[in-house]
Formats: sequence, C-alpha cells, structure tokens
Amino acid sequence: MKTYEVMFIVVPSTPDEEIDRINGQLEAVVKGMQGEVVSVEKIGKRKLAYRVGKFEEGFYVLFNIKATGDVVKEFERRLKVTDSVLRYISVRVDKALKRVDKIKAARLKKLRKKSPGGQPEAAAPAI
Amino acid sequence: MAFTPRPAGSGGPRKQFIRRKKVCKFCVEKIDYIDYKEARLLSQFVPERGKILPRRISGVCAPHQRKLMDAIKKARNIALLPFTAD
Repeated sequence: MKTYEVMFIVVPSTPDEEIDRINGQLEAVVKGMQGEVVSVEKIGKRKLAYRVGKFEEGFYVLFNIKATGDVVKEFERRLKVTDSVLRYISVRVDKALKRVDKIKAARLKKLRKKSPGGQPEAAAPAI
Repeated sequence: MAFTPRPAGSGGPRKQFIRRKKVCKFCVEKIDYIDYKEARLLSQFVPERGKILPRRISGVCAPHQRKLMDAIKKARNIALLPFTAD
C-alpha cells in the first residue's frame, strides 16, 4: 500500500451536488479495490494560472488515498472520462513523507544533545 | 588624448559591493517538505516571466532547489503556477 495524493480541477460552473457525486463515485472506486480514502478535501474555487480550454478558474479537489498503483490507474481513468474534470495530477507521497520524518527525528535528536537533560527548547515549528 | 592611463594604485572610487551572504530559505525556516500545493510559497521562486529562479540568485541550497524544481513543475501541471507569462 502506498500513499497517493490526487488533485483535480472541476469546471467552475459545476453545481456542488455534482462535485459531491463525482467524489462519491471516486471514493467507491478506491474502496471497491481494497483501497483506503484518507481524506477528501474540497479546496474550492481558485483562479487558474493559465487558461485551460476556455476556463479562467476552476474548482480544486484533493484526494488523499492509500492504495496500490492499479487503483490510481483506475482513478485516473475515471477522471479522464469525466467531462467536467479539467486537469488532474496524482503524486505518490509516502516516500517523501518518510524522508521528512527521518529529517525531523534527526533534528530533534540533535536538539536534545545540545541541551542534555533539559527540554528541547521549542521543538521545530511544524509547517 | 583620448585615453589617459591611471597611475597605478590610486584608482578611482572602486565600486565595492558588500555582498550579503545568501541563505537557503528552506534550510532557515526548516521547511522539509516542499509541497506543490503551496502556490504562495512557490511563487516566490517564480518571477514575472514564469521561469524558475536560479539558485545563484535565490540562494537556495542544491538539495532544496532540486525539490523546489519538482514542486514547481507539478504545480504548473495543475495550473497553480504559470508555464509562461502571457
């Protein structure tokens, strides 16, 4: 199981129910293939940095899923055939996040070493 | 005479730039994961023209520049950042 982030842009004029319907369908796809939907976030309307087709703005949706590559493949296929989806991008994040955790742990350790016994002064600000 | 050689050693007021040492923003602020979704952060490294700011100007360290480049390119694909200025 790998963690993926899939972000896609829906046509801005799409009604809210339609977006919910698309999201529901996609969730069903993931769940139907033994995947896990960690979170679904409707980021909202945002101006696009460049024109896509004839649209100047778009509605952004972010999926966080735990699944295998096949699920992502199917997920992308679904997005491709959905007419109201302008763009999508899927990114695998587990490796990067693991690395970040490692760096954070190392930093904390270093901080502890500097002030032995005492509390590490203000642990690294979480960003 | 069109050209008078300056006596050696007493050059005019030589322009001396005091260069401030550039530091990597990501190292200083301890941003480990450069997220392609944070368009506001990334846009600091994408000037008007839409090109990625070179390291020699921004002062970002090599490992972070690599990650930054990746993030910017992803952000471009999802229309968070421009490919070019239009």
